Amino acid sequence: MAEITEPRRELALDCFLLAGKVMMESGAETYRVEDTMIRMAASQNMTDSHCFVTPSGIMFSPSNELPTRFVRVKDRRTNLARVAKVNAVSRKLVSGEFTLREAYDMMTEIDQNDYLFPMWAQVLAASAASGSFFLLLGGRWADVLFALLIGGIGFYLVEIFIEKTRVKFFSEFAASVVIGALSMAAVHFAWGTELDTIIIGSVIPLVPGLLITNAVRDLMAGHFMSGLSNGAEAFLTAFAIGAGIAVVLAF
Amino acid sequence: MNWPVEAILSFVAAGAFGIMFNIPTKTLASCGFVGMSGWLTYRLYFMFVGDSIQATFVGAFIVALLAHLLAKRFKMPMIVFSVAGIIPLVPGSKAYNAMRNIVESDFLEAIAFASEALMISGAIAMGLVFAEVLMQLFFKQQAKRLQKKIGLSQE
Repeated sequence: MAEITEPRRELALDCFLLAGKVMMESGAETYRVEDTMIRMAASQNMTDSHCFVTPSGIMFSPSNELPTRFVRVKDRRTNLARVAKVNAVSRKLVSGEFTLREAYDMMTEIDQNDYLFPMWAQVLAASAASGSFFLLLGGRWADVLFALLIGGIGFYLVEIFIEKTRVKFFSEFAASVVIGALSMAAVHFAWGTELDTIIIGSVIPLVPGLLITNAVRDLMAGHFMSGLSNGAEAFLTAFAIGAGIAVVLAF
Repeated sequence: MNWPVEAILSFVAAGAFGIMFNIPTKTLASCGFVGMSGWLTYRLYFMFVGDSIQATFVGAFIVALLAHLLAKRFKMPMIVFSVAGIIPLVPGSKAYNAMRNIVESDFLEAIAFASEALMISGAIAMGLVFAEVLMQLFFKQQAKRLQKKIGLSQE
């Protein structure tokens, strides 16, 4: 086994932790993050490394003698393009296509960019998703306009509230109150007829689908802490949405 | 039921969810395709057997299977393809009805809807896991056969 010099080892550690942090922030599964970091470490001659990933922090120990490093995961936001990019870089590092320096530079670049679709495209997508689900659930074509409009508005409101308040559950609660109120208004003051279907269709963009899938896969892979905390987040989100709609329906 | 319309709608819905989850642009169409297959499988099974829990299981299984194959082909994480396909199967209307009955103080009805929603969520989870285990077994065997062929087997 080749000896690794000190600066090179530090660079390698920085690179692994950055990769783990970016993946965790962007909504990758815990076991994938661990797998990626261990593979990258093995490619740099750190064969007995250990790694412990939770949704809010990553610990990485390169070997028994060397000090363990820790990195905090702060803002989490679903962004699968970043996960795919980090994955591609780590693949190339492991296969020897990239040197460590190149890989680190790529990781920094990925960390600094967000590769997001523009806001208008996301709102349009939310509204298209709402409209399609409304029809798939058996809604009438005459009401599809309401689902399109309210779904888009609801998604946009969540984004704005999260930016302003930084509290995810409150944002989801407030947005679903607005969704419920608008759907009520559509049925009472306009030509909307199916309150239930309009509400379900419009709420769909807020459903925590990614969290549910991640929670299941983490639990099955034996990562109980991440699995349970992802599951709790999914449950709280669903609860916030339900409570928001319930407030409106209660009137 | 109108098959082509449902196919287009579920394709659009899954693609739109892909945009919301910000998946890489070149995978948008495949993501829509995964969502479409999952939904159509669910509907077909539901039409012939009439059990929404089993139908959800089969739908989730197909979604995860296709996502695995596409992940191998695109060399990207599987989650990129599976997430959007799962969304149509999520028991949104069951959960909504449960919540609505609670608001109306009809708790018995609410429990019935809520437990059905819970069972469907469990079916989604099982579908994902089954597909994953199956793929792992399959690819492990394939890798072993390849190793034997080129004389690299560890035994």
